[in-house]
Amino acid sequence: MNSRRITTISAASILVVAMGTGVCLLRSIDRDRPTATLDQVLLISSPKFLKRASLGYDGLMADIYWTRAVQYFGREHHADATEYKLLAPLLEITTYLDPKLLVAYEYGGNFLAPPPPGGAGQPERAVKLLEFGIEKNPQEWRLYMSLGHIYFLELKDYAKAESAFAQGAKLPNAHPSLGVMAALMATRSGDLDTARALWTATYQTATDKNVRDNAFEHLVALRVDQDVVRLQEAVDAFRQKVGRLPESMSELGAAEGWPGLPADPDGGPYLIVDGRVEVENPNHFPFITKGTPPHYTPPPPRFIHRAPN
Amino acid sequence: MSARIIAIASNTFREAVRDRVLYNLIAFALLLSGAAVLVGEISIDIEKLVVINLGLTAVSLFGIVIAIFIGIQLVSKEIEKRTLYTVLSRPVRRWEFIVGKFFGLTGTLVVNTFFMAIGVFAALLYVEHKLVGPDAMILTALYFIILQFMLICSLALLFSSFSSPLLSAVFTFALFVIGSFADDLRNFAALTHGLTRWIAMGLAYLVPNFSAFNIIGAVAHGQPVAVSLVAHNSAYALLYSAAVLAGAVLVFEHRNLK
Repeated sequence: MNSRRITTISAASILVVAMGTGVCLLRSIDRDRPTATLDQVLLISSPKFLKRASLGYDGLMADIYWTRAVQYFGREHHADATEYKLLAPLLEITTYLDPKLLVAYEYGGNFLAPPPPGGAGQPERAVKLLEFGIEKNPQEWRLYMSLGHIYFLELKDYAKAESAFAQGAKLPNAHPSLGVMAALMATRSGDLDTARALWTATYQTATDKNVRDNAFEHLVALRVDQDVVRLQEAVDAFRQKVGRLPESMSELGAAEGWPGLPADPDGGPYLIVDGRVEVENPNHFPFITKGTPPHYTPPPPRFIHRAPN
Repeated sequence: MSARIIAIASNTFREAVRDRVLYNLIAFALLLSGAAVLVGEISIDIEKLVVINLGLTAVSLFGIVIAIFIGIQLVSKEIEKRTLYTVLSRPVRRWEFIVGKFFGLTGTLVVNTFFMAIGVFAALLYVEHKLVGPDAMILTALYFIILQFMLICSLALLFSSFSSPLLSAVFTFALFVIGSFADDLRNFAALTHGLTRWIAMGLAYLVPNFSAFNIIGAVAHGQPVAVSLVAHNSAYALLYSAAVLAGAVLVFEHRNLK
């Protein structure tokens, strides 16, 4: 073997070994400082400075920050976090860098507003974000819809929700559901009916599959809530009429003359436990508010890919 | 254009290709295809935006780096290799040499941008499965990026006609950064009074206004670009490049090459 060949083989071996070891070492370093990258980015928390520092390439910078916001929310959500300190600043930086980035307002508002573990529990910051979005994009009806959504579902401020939906409904190309929502807010109709109309509109208008799946899950949960309310009324009526609680759903069904036993959207039975109507598997319906056992702690909501009927 | 300028321009283009400048296209292709495939997995609803923003930003930054690092060597390299003396001993005027170099480098960047533009549209097609009318605005953004390159090439040539390559690179890059803040400079100048205001405003208008050429964000959102902006930017880039090139010719004409 000549010396040139020896050098080639040696250099190639060193290259592979050194590079492989370096990569392994880097993984150990990452384990030692797992959150370092994000912390470093947020050391620069001024949107104005970032916009200037981007030298005009602020569109790409906004995309990077939006991706970081999604990743941050996803990671914390997956870890069952109860607070999301960096979410609002990340979204505010994103939208300052690119005020036309509508996804950051729509989905960002939905990340910020719901209480933990489903969201950051910061509906006021979500409202601020969406109001900034509306100021920069006054012709986008989706932003009014998201704003009304937060006022209704999280802040329970029906007057402001009505105002948001009504303003959005006036815009050209606005989805017809906005007018319906404004009317529902004005008449203060039943919460479950209004919520169903809202989630149906979200399901029909969302373009992102995850958002549509999420809306569908909420619709499923609303159906369960309504079933539970209806069945609970039947249980209470039975007790008043017979003087005792029904022993089972079959007994209640027979007394009421139902053709079959009521079932939840997954086909599971509803149960009567100490006079309360409960679903058999509450974990299957992450957004239900009724029909759960006492002291039940719901798991963090996850996207469940259930095929819509 | 005279045959001598064309000859110098084509030689400059050939030299850039020989220096493997177009290898940057490989990095560009990897960057864009990676973004097109991966971004849908790690973000929500911005696949198209990322492809356009990343693609056009990369076209711009790659081109600026090439314009600066090739531009600053155009004169100094010829002096160092002593080929300049051979060229100038022939019936070639010094201004023809500068103008030829300018067209050669600009041509290299136009070819580079052309291939990158194909990459951007291919990535867009991969992500969206179709191209729509507003996507044609990307061509306007690419045209503005080429106008930016013209300015940078002329600035790099100006500095390289009297300074060392390192200092030329620093000066050109500094002017690019300052020019990106041109709008802010004018706003700051407007806050001052009296003579200071006039001087500050004059300086703010004197630096090349690179921010006027950046329409990447607007194009990514499918917003139309005014025809008047295209006309004004074209005229501005031509006039500013011509002025800077004239400065480079003036300096080079009087430079002692012995």
